Amino acid sequence: MIRDVTGILIFALAVIALTLLLSSGVWLNALMMTLYAALLALAWNLLGGFGGQFSFGHALFFGTGAYASAVAQVTHGINAWAALALAVVAASAAGAFVGALAFRYGLKGSYFALVTLAFAEVFRILAVSAGFTGGGVGMMLPLQESVANLQFGSRKGFVGLALGCVVTALLVTAWLRHSRFGAQLQAVRDNEDAARALGVDPRRTKLAATVVSAALMGAAGAFYLQVFQYIDPAIAFGPHVSVEALVGAIVGGMGTLWGPVLGAVVLHALAESTRNLFGNLPGLNLVIYGSVLVLIVMFMPRGLAGAGRSVRGWWRGGRD
Amino acid sequence: MSVDILFASVLNGLTTGAVYALVSLGLTLIYGVLHIINFAHGAALMVALYGVYGLKTAFGIDPYLALPIMVPAMFVLGYALQRGVINRASHGKDENILLVTLGLAIVLENLALMAFKSDTRTIDTPYTLTTLQVGPAFIALPKVVAFFGALVASGVLLWTVTRTDLGRAIRAVAKEKHGAKLMGIDVDHVYAMSFGIGLACLGAAACFLLPAYYVNPQVGAGFVLVAFTIVVLGGMGNFAGALLGGLLIGVVESLGGLFLGESLGQIGIFAIFIAVLLFRPTGLFGART
Repeated sequence: MIRDVTGILIFALAVIALTLLLSSGVWLNALMMTLYAALLALAWNLLGGFGGQFSFGHALFFGTGAYASAVAQVTHGINAWAALALAVVAASAAGAFVGALAFRYGLKGSYFALVTLAFAEVFRILAVSAGFTGGGVGMMLPLQESVANLQFGSRKGFVGLALGCVVTALLVTAWLRHSRFGAQLQAVRDNEDAARALGVDPRRTKLAATVVSAALMGAAGAFYLQVFQYIDPAIAFGPHVSVEALVGAIVGGMGTLWGPVLGAVVLHALAESTRNLFGNLPGLNLVIYGSVLVLIVMFMPRGLAGAGRSVRGWWRGGRD
Repeated sequence: MSVDILFASVLNGLTTGAVYALVSLGLTLIYGVLHIINFAHGAALMVALYGVYGLKTAFGIDPYLALPIMVPAMFVLGYALQRGVINRASHGKDENILLVTLGLAIVLENLALMAFKSDTRTIDTPYTLTTLQVGPAFIALPKVVAFFGALVASGVLLWTVTRTDLGRAIRAVAKEKHGAKLMGIDVDHVYAMSFGIGLACLGAAACFLLPAYYVNPQVGAGFVLVAFTIVVLGGMGNFAGALLGGLLIGVVESLGGLFLGESLGQIGIFAIFIAVLLFRPTGLFGART
């Protein structure tokens, strides 16, 4: 645990140092978006990597958080920081709802993936049709730069916010790796019946993992809103966020601490470099993501960090 | 709400439902034999739709006349995808296949986006605007053709699976893979054939669909969820279930749109989907073992 926390600390300090050194808007933006992608992947990894429940509709929680924050700030004038907390709570509630339903009825594997997809789509339709969400037009956050409003003049502030969320997610993941709850969750992932025989309640374990994962996605949603100051049903609940979350985690290595971060970095680097090479074709970065997903599953199913782990094991002479 | 409007709505729903059924038949075949949930099904339909669109705009081939081109072409695509990509990536694990088909779907959708941009396209045929009168309702001619065409295609599929040697091999592999292998059946080949046939159904569905519908890179996503709903509703691997489920969902969508408005009406489908997944995952008609 100490080793993990030290690693996270070093990571945070490195990012802070990088932020202070950089002045180019382009690089700061890239850093911010990579941290954001890492947050998505870390959140998905909790449920998918450690819990073994593949969610194909994780945008559901992202969108709930984003809209909760938007409605709180725009319609009710609630302070941005409080709105962020509200977003986390709302997303957790959505996580509890979906998790309770899905696991109560024993949905696993592909069925679970399908039901999360269906829920995300239902929420998207509701967001389009409901009045208070602004319908298909979406909601815009008025520009009011100040720390109190969680809107920063330069990207550096947003990098800080993203870093805060990512560090939180990393700490949660590290805790999961060393706690009893984490061991129970992984036991449920590896063999649910055996875990149940050993006295673990699979339903509650999976539900708890879903709620925590959803909470982090809700924070990501609120973050997105603060940065881009706009949210609409397609962005909030559409496949783009769901895909980014799961591809990042899988490519990097599911069920590891640094896998999602590594995956986010690699995917973003790939997306940026191809954009420089091939211009701003719409959908190009998703083609890359999809192809990388297929290739990783074909040749390196344990992901990039999974491959790294075996190399480390050889030279350290044992498991991490 | 007059009875006439209801009648028209139900009829419309049936015509849409027949095409949905054809799409779902391919999906349920793929699930029944390969036991994989093909997330790329919607994207493949989108590819087929662009194919029909391309044939019409570039070569002037009428969509219905394009059937003999599209069906074999999609079959070949399906065979190649299964043999070349999906089989290689499976490593025998279910989650891997799930992810590979998802990856394929992402790649196909966004390649289409890159190639064709997100414009919604339609084709113009001399019969696009013709309507037929059925009782008090007016139904667009392309939709009526789609209805009968889909039923015929479903019949052909069912005949193939029940009466031909290939069909017997497919059913054998679906029931007991290892036993089939012991009997000398080339399982990899049968897998690829099934996937190919599943995609060939999409080729036919696209030919029937385009005259009354449109294409853009995102249509696949809409169809895939509906197709899953129908497959789960009818029971995975159950052909009759997929056919009836398709018609039912078509009617539900139509009536939902009538009572709740276009966008909210879609919710009926997903509500059914979630309900079936939760309360009766084997489907209304039970799963085929």
